[in-house]
Amino acid sequence: MLTKRIIPCLDVDNGRVVKGINFINLVDAGDPVESAAQYYQLGADELVFLDITASSSNRNITLDMVKSVAKQIFIPFTVGGGIRTLDDIYKILDAGADKISLNSAAVNDPDLIYQAANKFGSQCVVVAIDAKRNNEADNWEVFVNGGRINKHIDVIDWANEVENLGAGEILLTSMDCDGSKNGYDIELTKKVSENAGIPIIASGGAGRKNHFLDVLERGKADAVLAASVFHFNEISIQELKKYLRENNIPVVLRD
Amino acid sequence: MIAVVDYGAGNIGSVKNALDNLSQESVVTSDADIIKRANKIILPGVGAFGDAARKLSALGLDRVIVDSCRGETPLLGICLGLQLMFECSEESADTTGLGVFKGQVKRIPDERHSLKIPHIGWNSLSLAQYDGIFKDVNDGAYVYFVHSFYAEPEDASIISAYTDYGAKIPIAFSYKHIHLTQFHPEKSGETGLRILENFVNI
Repeated sequence: MLTKRIIPCLDVDNGRVVKGINFINLVDAGDPVESAAQYYQLGADELVFLDITASSSNRNITLDMVKSVAKQIFIPFTVGGGIRTLDDIYKILDAGADKISLNSAAVNDPDLIYQAANKFGSQCVVVAIDAKRNNEADNWEVFVNGGRINKHIDVIDWANEVENLGAGEILLTSMDCDGSKNGYDIELTKKVSENAGIPIIASGGAGRKNHFLDVLERGKADAVLAASVFHFNEISIQELKKYLRENNIPVVLRD
Repeated sequence: MIAVVDYGAGNIGSVKNALDNLSQESVVTSDADIIKRANKIILPGVGAFGDAARKLSALGLDRVIVDSCRGETPLLGICLGLQLMFECSEESADTTGLGVFKGQVKRIPDERHSLKIPHIGWNSLSLAQYDGIFKDVNDGAYVYFVHSFYAEPEDASIISAYTDYGAKIPIAFSYKHIHLTQFHPEKSGETGLRILENFVNI
């Protein structure tokens, strides 16, 4: 049966991984290819690279990184961060990425999702959604520009729209939980997952193994993304997967 | 020389990268002559059936592939490449496939909306054939899928593997020198590389 995916996220700045992994006797993990290779060895099912390079004039460095990763990593990887045009998408896919992730650009111009899905196929279009709870309205609202601007769009409405436009998957980040290490936003994830016919990757809040179990089980996520818990080896992917399997969540355990 | 057919349908670089990793010489090409002369052919593909079929036809490569299948050149079709080998697809009612195999490409049934479509992620192989491209591959090994449609052949004896997604669906076929996988061996880690290597060694 289809397994749930564990997806580490690496922030990349000017072609280098920003948060390192600290293992004894291993090479400094500032190099994306090495980091990717290590994550594959450690049991990652897919990878996400988030390009946080400030200046768009340094995008060629990112493309070089994508080309290098694609030559050595044989699991799927997604590249996101500042992608705005079809040409941006073409270049990243052509360099070897399997999927691209659209966030602010999609909210500002939803037609971009449609165009991208049409031209390149839904299977490579991930739409990333940053959502924050609005307690008065009892819903969650979509934010853009790195969580700085509230678009006052209901996350469920937006999720439905991106699916209709041709997105293959949704990467859903809870702004309330992100960085807290107190768990994912179970209610948000469950609501979006139940309303969407496409897979949901949950993001934001991972701190302990049971957080992953919760969001996959009660939150009905199809995959989970996490960054710092993996970067700083607070949780080992293999142990996480064994724990999930013990709790009846289907996962791929390579020897 | 292995020819990886380039017909403008998706990320063919991954297949070449995997072959490079296996130290196998390959050329990514849309040149009919090069494809005709190749020792082996790989037909990759992502995207939509109708669009891909039209592109193949516009390049004249539909004839080349059909002729090659009548000969003895081993061919590996991946994902959309597998689907194109059949007669037609529910995805694009107005386009025909290559018709190398009789059968239809159908939408994965989504159990009254309880199943997510596309089928994305690592799912296990339930092998029906243990040799050919599945030599030394464990029954139950995981490979990577991303698709919304699957092929239903008229002749079930060509099915070499199934997977379980809602229902048991056929996701690999082998007939003489033609091998087809719905999953992406170039994205399926070690297991995928072994499958690719098996094809290369045929």
